[in-house]
Amino acid sequence: MSQYFNPEIETASREYLSALQSARLIKMVYNCYNNVPFYKKKFDEMGLKPQDIKSIEDITKLPFTVKQDLRDNYPFGLFAVPKDKLVRVHASSGTTGKQTVVGYTKGDIEIWSEGTARAIVAAGGKKEDYIHISYGYGLFTGGLGLHYGAEKLGATAIPVSSGNTNRQIQILQDFGSDIICCTPSYAMFIGETLKEKGIDPKELPLRAGIFGAEAWSENMRKEIEKSLDIKAYDIYGLSEIAGPGVAYECSEQNGMHICEDFFYPEIIDPDTLEPLPDGTFGELVFTCIGKEALPLIRYRTRDISAISREKCACGRTLIKMQKPKGRSDDMLIIRGVNVFPSQVEHVILSLGMEPNYQIIVDRINNLDVMTVCIEMSDKMFSDSVKGIEEVERRISSSMQATLGVSAKINLVEPHSLPRSEGKAVRVIDNRKI
Amino acid sequence: MSIKQISIFVENKPGRLAEITEILAKNNIDIRALSIADTTDYGILRLIVSNPDEAVEAIKREGLAVSATEVLAIGIPDVPGGFAKAIKVLAESGISVEYAYAFITPSIGTAYVILRVEDNAKATKALEAKGIKLISQMDIFKN
Repeated sequence: MSQYFNPEIETASREYLSALQSARLIKMVYNCYNNVPFYKKKFDEMGLKPQDIKSIEDITKLPFTVKQDLRDNYPFGLFAVPKDKLVRVHASSGTTGKQTVVGYTKGDIEIWSEGTARAIVAAGGKKEDYIHISYGYGLFTGGLGLHYGAEKLGATAIPVSSGNTNRQIQILQDFGSDIICCTPSYAMFIGETLKEKGIDPKELPLRAGIFGAEAWSENMRKEIEKSLDIKAYDIYGLSEIAGPGVAYECSEQNGMHICEDFFYPEIIDPDTLEPLPDGTFGELVFTCIGKEALPLIRYRTRDISAISREKCACGRTLIKMQKPKGRSDDMLIIRGVNVFPSQVEHVILSLGMEPNYQIIVDRINNLDVMTVCIEMSDKMFSDSVKGIEEVERRISSSMQATLGVSAKINLVEPHSLPRSEGKAVRVIDNRKI
Repeated sequence: MSIKQISIFVENKPGRLAEITEILAKNNIDIRALSIADTTDYGILRLIVSNPDEAVEAIKREGLAVSATEVLAIGIPDVPGGFAKAIKVLAESGISVEYAYAFITPSIGTAYVILRVEDNAKATKALEAKGIKLISQMDIFKN
């Protein structure tokens, strides 16, 4: 039994990795310059030529890419390949109703699947295993990302998708799933449901879980491991770079190995944009050196993390990243869905209401609950409860449609929301993670 | 003939009702009738007051959400079946009542019922045809 999916890469020497990264970066830079007008313009403005990039060390000469660049070039403006080379698109919700769209060639799907296959093996997965995938399938990258990894490994994917906890449990029992993949909060919820139903987790064949798409703590890990009687592993990713599987946890459970042969990581100071030394927390930046369709250069993830190049006790040499401990912007992750306060504001404005609001996030019974408090105005007010409920319903369905996640609407009195130094306090995150 | 009701949005917080009614007191506004529609998170305080326009202004100055609505007020004898008779008229005319509240004036033995209906004119016509007396803003504060 191998403990690595791809031992040549996962345990490669730094010299080998560095040479591979240099070769891939050079190829990528030409691809971007020749095929993505956005990058050609940026290079030309900076007086930078593709031939100026001679090795991976030259990466700091390259410009950064931010989420707004994807929005400005919505939907396919940053794609570097013609349509006949594309085989898939995914999308995540974005501000002002515009989604962030990402594309994949056949080769990109292979890379992404390799990442998730490595993650499954690192979590103890084998060809003989049933991989129970409870991430949502669809435009969200979670479901299909793990699905392709399971198949690439040669294991059996069970595409359960999210929701319907009773059915999830029935499949865990009847099919004998070996590894489950979902958000950590959903894993907690399944654990609690097992307890309520009086099902002993020790009687389930389930051995491990791969959990990501939202922040979770060591305490949550302990709880999940106990309530499901498994080992719980973290996985990291974002659709702009590929999806889940950009980095994954090994048996050491103390950080995630980055697939740096495809996704080259840097840590920068989010204010000065200068690179920071290993071990220092800063903003995580990725360059998609292995990808064809959407080869983003120095993409700023906004996640705050630190990296280490020390060899891991598991034998892997791939750079390890710490679990992100925050964001350098105001993005919230609600039940795995990215939500920006500006999206909430956009919904309120689009309904012709005053943008006097506050977002409160709680974790109730291990599930994220978002409440949007909106100050009542004369325009929204009615003398009948029916009238006010109609207003609430309109806001709520518009939020669901734009954000892709439900929000409880709480109408409050005018001028009752706190303002500090004239600036409104937009987000209160009560989650203790 | 309709009268003006004012409605105020009130969050469910201890002391809020006292604060709001104090605003009216400070402005020398007399409350003749009130009702509160309550939900889990908020209530709608509905009032019949001596000077609704002034009350709306005073409430607005305090930064609260307020609206004025034309409602009907009927006077019915304070005897068993009084209200049933009146409401039956509306039912027979296919007029539904969104909400209603009442108060009595013992000195003259009359109960006043405030009615919120979709179409005031239609309801007025139906009520008057059956001899049910509609009350004006002035009448309410006369007794």
